[in-house]
Amino acid sequence: MALQSLDIIRRSATTLPSPEIREPTGGQDVAKLIDTTKCIGCKACQVACMEWNDLRDEIGTNVGQYQNPHDLSDSSWTLMRFAEVENPKGDLEWLIRKDGCMHCADPGCLKACPSPGAIVQYSNGIVDFHEENCIGCGYCVTGCPFDIPRISKKDHKAYKCTLCSDRVAVGLEPACIKSCPTGALVFGTKDDMKQHAAERIEDLKSRGFENAGLYDPAGVGGTHVMYVLHHADQAPLYSGLPQDPHISPNVRLWKGVSKPAALAVMAFTALAGFFHYIRVGPDETDASDEAAAQEMARKQEKAP
Amino acid sequence: MTNHWVDIKNADVILAMGGNAAEAHPCGFKWVTEAKAHNKARLIVVDPRFTRTASVADIYAPIRTGTDIVFLGGVISYLLANDKIQHEYVKNYTDFSFIVREDFGFQNGLYSGYDADTRSYQRSTWDYEMGPDGFVKTDPSLNHPRCVYQLMKQHYARYTPEMVARVCGTPQDKFLQICDMLASTATPTRAMTIMYALGWTQHSVGSQMIRQGAMVQLLLGNIGVAGGGMNALRGHSNIQGLTDLGLMSDLLPGYLNLPGEKMKDYKAYMAAHDFKPLRPNQLSYWQNYDKFFISLMKAWWGDAATADNNWAYDYLPKLDRLYDMLQFVELMNQGKMTGFICQGFNPLGAAPNKAKLNTSLAQLKFLVIMDPLATETSEFWRNFGEHNDVDPAKIQTEVFRLPTNCFAEENGSLTNSSRWLQWHWKGAEPPGEARSDLQIMGEIFTRMRAMYRTDGGAYPDPIVNLSWPYARPNSPTAEELAREYSGKALKDLADPKDPTKVTRKAGEQLAGFAELRNDGSTASGCWIFCGAWGPTGNLMARRDNSDPTGIGQTLNWAFSWPANRRVLYNRASCDPTGKPFNPDRTLVAWNGKAWGGADIPDFKVDEDPTHGMGPFIMNAEGVGRFFARTFMADGPFPEHYEPFETPLSSNPLSPNQPGTLNNPAARVFDDDRKAFGKPDQFPHAATTYRLTEHFHFWTKHVRLNAIIQPQQFVEIGAALGKELGIASGDRVKVSSNRGYIDAVAVVTKRLRALQVDGKTLHHVGIPIHWGFKGLAKPGFLANTLTPFVGDANSQTPEFKSFLVKVEKL
Amino acid sequence: MTDPGLGTNEADRRATAAPGRLDTILRYTAEERTNHWIVALCFVLAALSGLALFHPALFGLSGLFGGGPWTRILHPFIGLAMVVAFLFFGVKEASHNRMEPRDWAWLRHVGDVVNNREDRLPEVGRYNAGQKLVFYAIVLCLTGLLLTGIVIWRAYFSLYFPISVVRVSSVLHAFCAFVLICTIIVHIYAAIWVRGSVHAMTRGTVTPGWAWKHHRAWFREIMTHAANSRPRSD
Repeated sequence: MALQSLDIIRRSATTLPSPEIREPTGGQDVAKLIDTTKCIGCKACQVACMEWNDLRDEIGTNVGQYQNPHDLSDSSWTLMRFAEVENPKGDLEWLIRKDGCMHCADPGCLKACPSPGAIVQYSNGIVDFHEENCIGCGYCVTGCPFDIPRISKKDHKAYKCTLCSDRVAVGLEPACIKSCPTGALVFGTKDDMKQHAAERIEDLKSRGFENAGLYDPAGVGGTHVMYVLHHADQAPLYSGLPQDPHISPNVRLWKGVSKPAALAVMAFTALAGFFHYIRVGPDETDASDEAAAQEMARKQEKAP
Repeated sequence: MTNHWVDIKNADVILAMGGNAAEAHPCGFKWVTEAKAHNKARLIVVDPRFTRTASVADIYAPIRTGTDIVFLGGVISYLLANDKIQHEYVKNYTDFSFIVREDFGFQNGLYSGYDADTRSYQRSTWDYEMGPDGFVKTDPSLNHPRCVYQLMKQHYARYTPEMVARVCGTPQDKFLQICDMLASTATPTRAMTIMYALGWTQHSVGSQMIRQGAMVQLLLGNIGVAGGGMNALRGHSNIQGLTDLGLMSDLLPGYLNLPGEKMKDYKAYMAAHDFKPLRPNQLSYWQNYDKFFISLMKAWWGDAATADNNWAYDYLPKLDRLYDMLQFVELMNQGKMTGFICQGFNPLGAAPNKAKLNTSLAQLKFLVIMDPLATETSEFWRNFGEHNDVDPAKIQTEVFRLPTNCFAEENGSLTNSSRWLQWHWKGAEPPGEARSDLQIMGEIFTRMRAMYRTDGGAYPDPIVNLSWPYARPNSPTAEELAREYSGKALKDLADPKDPTKVTRKAGEQLAGFAELRNDGSTASGCWIFCGAWGPTGNLMARRDNSDPTGIGQTLNWAFSWPANRRVLYNRASCDPTGKPFNPDRTLVAWNGKAWGGADIPDFKVDEDPTHGMGPFIMNAEGVGRFFARTFMADGPFPEHYEPFETPLSSNPLSPNQPGTLNNPAARVFDDDRKAFGKPDQFPHAATTYRLTEHFHFWTKHVRLNAIIQPQQFVEIGAALGKELGIASGDRVKVSSNRGYIDAVAVVTKRLRALQVDGKTLHHVGIPIHWGFKGLAKPGFLANTLTPFVGDANSQTPEFKSFLVKVEKL
Repeated sequence: MTDPGLGTNEADRRATAAPGRLDTILRYTAEERTNHWIVALCFVLAALSGLALFHPALFGLSGLFGGGPWTRILHPFIGLAMVVAFLFFGVKEASHNRMEPRDWAWLRHVGDVVNNREDRLPEVGRYNAGQKLVFYAIVLCLTGLLLTGIVIWRAYFSLYFPISVVRVSSVLHAFCAFVLICTIIVHIYAAIWVRGSVHAMTRGTVTPGWAWKHHRAWFREIMTHAANSRPRSD
């Protein structure tokens, strides 16, 4: 990093706390609210993302759906996913979800990352990859409960949505927000976004979506990208959005207690050897052993 | 649009039919989401496909392509039968009570006066019965059997919910549910907007579909009110400007008419445009036609247009026929055209039946292409495999490609769907050799004029006398042209009330078309734009979005024609005494002395409402017309006719009359009729459309757009996919009687099999955006499949309804 | 090398028994030593690079490999090299590592083992039970590391496995590495502790006294062989 930031509250693979001197007035977390019920799947956000971040995915093929590119990639940090669902009344619903990094309060990627400072969390809640520190191991992919980070085939670095941390840092909204024609994407403090969502949910309930709700999953400490869903009770309908995402227990084990415990045991093993040496000492061969050996050798020679 | 984009937020109900606003107009669609979010609006979508618009709708109903008149006829029938109309509105502001001539008739799908040989109507019987006072006879009791109300009720009695279900394939319960929602806006305080686009326009009965939408709105009292209106979503950022400026072959700027060859006499032409009021004390604003026309002629020919030469009337070409797109391609095909200048137009992809286009363009001696992009048309002669399988050795057409800049590389104004003329500024220099269209036309004109001056010609006057006052004759600027179409005084203009006062000095820009005169003292290139560049400067460049009343009336943002008015017919938002029907959304009101409010009144500003002047001041009747009189080529009431390629063998609305299967007055040439397919060979109903990710054939040249929608596909329903063994991602061949395309199949639940006339019918969706030029994966031009037939009024091709066959490859 | 118990370099090279007096015994051939040290070097590199990725406190070790990305790139290849090298070694040594009844007895006397009371232990062959356990631990850990390592090798293979498998593999890889490292620590200490062992693996030979003391059964076997043909057993 050329410039240091005092707004980083958490760094990957770092055992000590980050600078904590700042106390932002209001201390407010930011959030992007994606209202799937207003979204028309126009992909303006995809284009804005590519434009602002200077990304150009390949010109691919159509594989029988509207979703293009087919999946998130190192160059496609956000993607509209389209799902056709028939509701119990027999009416069709076309559930369109803008997929991308959820900016978890408890980010699995950051937890899994072995490279100090390759993944950081800012005081406003944005989880950012600092690719200059990225070693390309892909542990972030393993750690992410939402299957978001992608490793580039060009440079073997991990990439994902930055929530336009560069724009947000200077008081602009993320590029996708700016491009959204229907107001399905809004951005502000997390509190404000929750309030906005509450109004939307009330409206949706008046339209018969009884289970409309906000997706801000507690399993990852809440997210800084939230969804308004018509069917908050059935998140997987939205192209496999996990209903109750959390960092996998395996990842918790791997990146949690096992790290210090394993080091301690290794150190103990070495120390045990050291103290054994101090207390018991080496097992040496002395002259009497040699003599005994020669004796045995002679006997053997005579024996046959 | 009668209203404007922002005003949609005032709607209580939104009907998206014949258009897919979310897909094709996503930016404007924000006002729909705004209405839903903050005005509790309900969104209804009626479309053959479950579209992106449908994905956010409150209710969606499927409909067979090309049958919208049956659906809307059913709605009209429902509203009349259930008395769900806004009584005060229809009684005072429409022709409900007008009595129609006795010899007008309608039988078995044909109106009186049909001539089967010319495939057209002699329309004189389609008119009102006139009283001895020179005004139309009316019956305010509405009991007269030939009053418009009774005729309409009778006409649409056949359009029952059962008929809707049978012809449209729309489930009855959905249809009735929608009727009920529409009917909820018959109250004075609720408004509905109808948003439509090419899904209505591009049918052989397209104009009538749109008319019928307007009739529904009149019945519900939704025209002229905030949140109401008939709102055409124009596909191109400046297509509204194109029609405004008269680029239709029979129009002059500002919807004035180009005379036909029978109208060689100026006086006869003017007499045909006198528009005397048909009811007492009506404004009939078209009575000012001569002011608009003469000011136009002064703008074009300046001092050469004088009272003595009838304002250069002879300079105008007199049409022997319409020169719409279908017509000129036909002429080209017959070898009757030598050259073709193709400016910002890609006809190889944009006109129907690509095969016909290929043979037609090959007949030309020369073809000039003015375009920022290497269009398919500019390389129609080159072989691109099966995507353009031609033999260049056999094509002798010489093609000149003149690269132009794009809109962002020049100053100018764009007129959007809201009728707003919005000025824009150059954002970058054009690349390479590209020049502006103005410069290219300026160069061509000045050279041609020089040749006419030196060599003469049969009639060089219109060319050599053309007013060309630009600082650099070979490169006029957008600013010079804007001042010209807006208009100026040519002499000092005296106040008619006080001749000693000069209201406008010679050379000054005019503030509006009210200042135009018929004595040659004013010039205006397009009267409806008059005032856009007024005495205070360029109003199109205004960017003040303050909205004092909160209903989206931003009068200081750009310039809205006419007269900066935002909602047309806004007088109709008030009751006959001048009080707003809905005080919460007041556009204008009568304050006892004058009309005023949030909008520029579409009315005589000082006209006391009690004097009975109607709100539809452009109509000689002063009221809105359910009965179109002679203004429509194919009937005064919309009547359903099947698309020219239909899965049905007879018209369920007029089953015993073979000539009425399809629109009897539609534009169709004999050879093209032979190329129509039959349902036994081509059993699936197809429709073409656009996708959000692309704009026509332009953006396949743009990398970002190509990334998000890279390759040609067609959409087929899950049921058809199952029947034919096609899965998403398979390649399929789609053929019509005119050709075939092959593409990736998107198999989707969004296209439902419909029960039509007792049979199962499948739709096939064909997005248009691919071709053999550009960065996206090469594909077929979709018009390879489409039929060469046009609407009776606009001659717009029937791109939305035709027959195909789908096969798995 | 002045320890009178050990043979001279000259004697090493001869690696044969002089008549009447036994000088040194060849325990590991040059090939075996080479093989062992290839495995050992791979292990050290893999362990250091692996530890760099395992715990933030040890990330500095990545500097030994040219930084984080090089560590990430090299680690799996080093690991593969270790597996391949060990494969040769292990196949050769497998027959000496079968557990026998006396090994179990030996294990029961672990207290005597750690307290240098070898006289109380059963006779030991070429390898004692502890060494055999080390051998099996290495075999198991390397197998585990290889399989899980492939699964979590992001550059080439991870995309072919479901994320849940990748996650489990990540944990198992770390666990296997942990067990292996602990095992090798024990292995190394044992070599330091039992004097003469390091020489055996660096120079190849041990003294007869060493063999007699630590691997008497093996020594006996050699002597039998030497009497018959060569003083060495493979």
